[in-house]
Amino acid sequence: MDHPILGEDSRRKTVTIMVDGKPYPAYEGSTIAASLLDNGIRINRYTVHRHEPRGIFCGIGQCTDCVMVVDGMPNVRTCITRVRDGMDIRTQNKEER
Amino acid sequence: MDRDVVIVGGGPAGLAAAVECSRQGADVLVIDQNDLPGGQLFKQLHKFFGSKAHSAGIRGMDIGRTLLRECEENGVEVWLSSTVIGIYDSNLIAIVRETAAGKDFIRIRARKILLASGGTEKAISFPGWTLPGVMGAGCAQTMINVNRVLPGKRVLMVGSGNVGLIVGYQLMQAGADLAGIVEIAPKIGGYGVHAAKIRRAGVPFYLCHTVIAAGERDGEVCSALIGEVDAVTRKIIPGSEKLLDVDTICIAAGLRPLSKLARLMGLKHVFVPALGGWMPEHDGNMQSSNEDVFVAGDIAGVEEANTAMDEGRLAGIAMAHALGYMDDASFRKAGDEIRKRLESLRLGPFGKARFDAKSQFMGRC
Ligand code: FES
Repeated sequence: MDHPILGEDSRRKTVTIMVDGKPYPAYEGSTIAASLLDNGIRINRYTVHRHEPRGIFCGIGQCTDCVMVVDGMPNVRTCITRVRDGMDIRTQNKEER
Repeated sequence: MDRDVVIVGGGPAGLAAAVECSRQGADVLVIDQNDLPGGQLFKQLHKFFGSKAHSAGIRGMDIGRTLLRECEENGVEVWLSSTVIGIYDSNLIAIVRETAAGKDFIRIRARKILLASGGTEKAISFPGWTLPGVMGAGCAQTMINVNRVLPGKRVLMVGSGNVGLIVGYQLMQAGADLAGIVEIAPKIGGYGVHAAKIRRAGVPFYLCHTVIAAGERDGEVCSALIGEVDAVTRKIIPGSEKLLDVDTICIAAGLRPLSKLARLMGLKHVFVPALGGWMPEHDGNMQSSNEDVFVAGDIAGVEEANTAMDEGRLAGIAMAHALGYMDDASFRKAGDEIRKRLESLRLGPFGKARFDAKSQFMGRC
């Protein structure tokens, strides 16, 4: 996004991430959470017991609301983890137990 | 591995302390869990207030760049993506350090430790507050100014302190639609200049109002129900409810010290509402109840980046002095200078309450 103080956004979406099995373009070097927002995805996980949706809340790695399953590893804080080409990202606890 | 000084947190307080302390000759290691240093400085695009001595008129992100350059010039070592998971007897620090090669578990013994872990946003709860789309104002600020992505299209800001006003304005700058600012008090909390910019853009301020609930569609926020509160009872006045069409609700309800490590270490804490709540007690040299442990920045009471840097500098010279890198006279002189500057920062309607709070409990230790 272009910005009056930060200037023109010259980044290019050169990375492809897989979210729940579907490919999405992402900026190299951006965080997973930001890349999801950029693609209109705001639900990162569901709570274990009540299956309630959660998204980013603090954006700086403090609250763990944004955790997802990344390359098979659960509980990864997506707001402080950067994307990599081909990264496999899954909504945590997507299926109700 | 042994170090003179280990600093936990590479934000304004930690970096300023590192510069000052290494300048005196100490060997300093800064540890930060993020993969970029600077703490929250790089999301602060606005120009700072205050006097010349306090980087007035300079944007937070530029202050961050200067601090990083000074760290480099003074040989400060900074470990990023590294998390302190515990601090044990005789200053043994346990760290998980992530590098491209994988995760390492490292133990370091430090002669002096500075905790500069910052603060964390307070939340307020209402039905729907856990829905995706409800977030801290600082979270939204990180998204627009650091990640350059909008957290939503139409935003309601809850809280009109400086964070609420600045982030509200920055959301508009970034292209979001600010639907309004809700404030439970009868007047705007932050600086008039910030409020005026928002008002000029035609954004309504809902004073004496609060959020009653967030509406949900497909698991995300789709509206906010607000209402006017009785000034005395703070109960919703029936019939005053309004439904706002927003997809994002930002909460700017202030911050509190992030003192988990200080708690783990058993440092003595005090409760100071004007500074965000529970925080480690400290003296005028930022020394905690443990003589080897210092605190600076938001962990030592939530203020702002300028005061955090000066507290960091105080801690930096105090650790250098305690380690024998600085003689008594120059330590006292440098300390007095910084304290005088800090005092001038804590003037005015906002600083005064913090100044009183700080001096009150410092007088006790
Ligand atoms: S949003 Fe809080 S940890 Fe990621």
